[in-house]
Amino acid sequence: MRFERRDHRPLALVIATSVLAVIAALALSGILIALAGAPVLEAYRRILIGAFGSRLSTTETLTRTAPLMLTGLAAAVAFRARLWNIGAEGQLYLGAITVAAASSHLLGGLPSAVQIPLLLLLGAMAGMVLLLVPLWLRLRFQVDEVVTTLILNFVALLFVSMLIDTVLKDPTAFGWPQSQSVADAAMLPKLLARSRLHIGILVAAALAILIHLVQSRTVFGLQSRAAGLNPAGAVFAGVPLGATLVKVACLSGGLAGLAGAIEVMGVKGYVTTDLSPGYGYSGIVVAMLAGLNPLGVVLAALFSAIMFVGADGMSRALRIPSYIADVTVALSLLTMLVALFFTQYRIRR
Amino acid sequence: MSTPLLEIAGVSKRFGANLANDDISLTLAKGEIVALLGENGAGKTTLMSILFGHYVPDAGTVSVDGAVLPPGKPRAAIRAGIGMVHQHFALAPNLTVLENIMTGTEPLWSLSARKGQARAKLAALSARFGLKVDPHARLGDLSVGEQQRVEILKALYNDARILVLDEPTAVLTRAEAEHLFATLKDMARQGLSLIFISHKLDEVMATADRIVVLRGGRKVAERRAAETSKAELAELMVGRTVVRPVREPATPGPVVLEAVGVTLRQSGVDRLKAVDFRLRAGEVLGIIGVSGNGQAELARLLCGTARPTSGDLLLFGKPVGEPGVAGLVEAGIGRVPEDRNKEGAIGDMAVWENAVLERLPRFSRHGLVARKAGMAFAQDIIARFDVRGGGPSTRIRLLSGGNMQKLILGRNLIDRPQILIAAQPARGLDEGAVAAVHERILEARRAGTAVLLISEDLEEVMALADRIQAITGGRLSPPIAAEAADTRTLGLMISGEWTAAKETAHAL
Repeated sequence: MRFERRDHRPLALVIATSVLAVIAALALSGILIALAGAPVLEAYRRILIGAFGSRLSTTETLTRTAPLMLTGLAAAVAFRARLWNIGAEGQLYLGAITVAAASSHLLGGLPSAVQIPLLLLLGAMAGMVLLLVPLWLRLRFQVDEVVTTLILNFVALLFVSMLIDTVLKDPTAFGWPQSQSVADAAMLPKLLARSRLHIGILVAAALAILIHLVQSRTVFGLQSRAAGLNPAGAVFAGVPLGATLVKVACLSGGLAGLAGAIEVMGVKGYVTTDLSPGYGYSGIVVAMLAGLNPLGVVLAALFSAIMFVGADGMSRALRIPSYIADVTVALSLLTMLVALFFTQYRIRR
Repeated sequence: MSTPLLEIAGVSKRFGANLANDDISLTLAKGEIVALLGENGAGKTTLMSILFGHYVPDAGTVSVDGAVLPPGKPRAAIRAGIGMVHQHFALAPNLTVLENIMTGTEPLWSLSARKGQARAKLAALSARFGLKVDPHARLGDLSVGEQQRVEILKALYNDARILVLDEPTAVLTRAEAEHLFATLKDMARQGLSLIFISHKLDEVMATADRIVVLRGGRKVAERRAAETSKAELAELMVGRTVVRPVREPATPGPVVLEAVGVTLRQSGVDRLKAVDFRLRAGEVLGIIGVSGNGQAELARLLCGTARPTSGDLLLFGKPVGEPGVAGLVEAGIGRVPEDRNKEGAIGDMAVWENAVLERLPRFSRHGLVARKAGMAFAQDIIARFDVRGGGPSTRIRLLSGGNMQKLILGRNLIDRPQILIAAQPARGLDEGAVAAVHERILEARRAGTAVLLISEDLEEVMALADRIQAITGGRLSPPIAAEAADTRTLGLMISGEWTAAKETAHAL
């Protein structure tokens, strides 16, 4: 048996192998569920019920999908251009705290129609700035951005922690470290009344489509792909490497910052240090799961959200640790990588 | 005749629809040098990979000293005394020479204990075969030629009796190559047996005792070097008579590109020193020299990816400001880079994307890529420049080197540029593709394009160029007319002896 590289990747094949990969991941984690002494099919049924069984769980799953989509897009656009942004978590927090600070101290009096777009923009810009610093270090001194972006996550989180314990501390929170709340006018409109589901998921989906179009149709999309695949070749062809990477960084950091802004303005209204259960890092998995395709990110984010929300319900019902969700998502990443291999090669005997 | 040291009998190997090796047999005696000659894709590397156990053949056997080797077992091949020197070295740049040579053979935990012993063995081998190298140097700091020496020493360290070299001169300068072949002959005299893969007729004729010619996966001929000629081998290899085209006389037009005292300083070193040249429409100006003497920098300067530190570049009589790549392409300058895989193409992008990437202003509107027009442009190049192996949406890495080069030439020549900068345009191509590339360059010259040809191949420059300048140590000699150039004169010019050029310079 040997492998041959394919000329083309038929779309149907890509979709079919992706679905197969998820099924394979579920089958593999089924072994672990069985080892834990629970009926496997029942466990998966419970996950589905946990994720979609009621109005509450459905809206909760979708609420979780929004930030995952945004951080997934942030990773996907950066990785396409071989800009290894591991810092979405930090960018998310910086976006979140910027929004909280701006709304509670500066823009709180503005009407929603003005304040919301302004705050989203500010949140995105905060994320951009946090990614432009490591990019500058890379372009100027060849510092590896994997290290710098990763480390900046901790810097950002500690910075936020300091702010919400000092200058931005909410005096009415009985001493809990949490930031002052954004103005009521800054809260995103709900998609459904009496739920946490807000319009963030629509914003994220629209951005996914927009980014897909940018990558496949525009000069910037072509150039950023060239820069990622072969920098020397791109420079020879006249692609402005630095400028292209700066644009990519703005897009990637902006998306991560936006995730933070939307999470604050859509759900809680204030910032705590557990605002994100690792959305920034999960975004990397989501992006890889989607094969760095922006439209795939939408589905991959939904899948991750289902697993995380559903696993909580399953865990309560069957007394299996909800960590099984992490295992399943991680396994699906592995099976997806194998599936990607099969979309690029064909088997010959 | 006694049993041969190595015998390959009836080896066949199929990749998909492609029969890479078709019933190939081959023997090698002790102390013999056999050359495996063939074009790219003839099956040479496949055959050697089978010999070394990287591939399992569909049929046939490999035996050493009459004992059949188990197929697909590189360790068995090494134990039987087969050593492989890869074209792309299989070495670790961050380790020292000694560590590189020891890895893979010594158990990890006793590495330090055996270092002394290994160093002694390495020193003995170095002395015996005249392969000088510092065992404590970091591999990444060595030149390509020295790294190759390390690969050879590594094979010898593993007690190789049969040394296989895959296109050993592809990465070497002329002087290094000559040194290598002297070493190989010396090894054969000392009883080693060698197989080397090549598509260069000169080196095959000069070095091998016996020559096996492969074509399309088949062994088409076997000749003793003394009983054949380059012409016969060329025909056997290609399957038809290939004649490299030669320029016909022509009258050049006005000067289109001129360099006056151009200096390029990079990280504190003058890579180009007060370089002068004038390039006229409808002529080929050859820049000849051993690589590493400033050619790469000269090409970068003219391709828009570097700027002169001082001196003037005049384009159509006007000083070039800071045009960059886009400006040069806009001005009608075609550019063929020295390294087509690294600079000339983005392997994982489609053929059409590679065709339009450097002319995006033309193939885009309002920031959107004109995909349809780009596909049509690529299709046009494919048709007119005979690019085989894929369509506009094929990833370009799937094309062979020759076809990739045709596409790169095509995207530049299809619009009849006024100037073509061609750096090493035929490097690494097989005979048929070289002829095609040369023909295109001469065709452009006939159409009035001014061609600057940067090359280290004497034959190529003598066949194509109207005037020739040598580049040595970042300096450019005065030009000499092609008619006044012979191998000896050019050889002297390359080594920095410019008297011949100066005598004729006033006339040009």
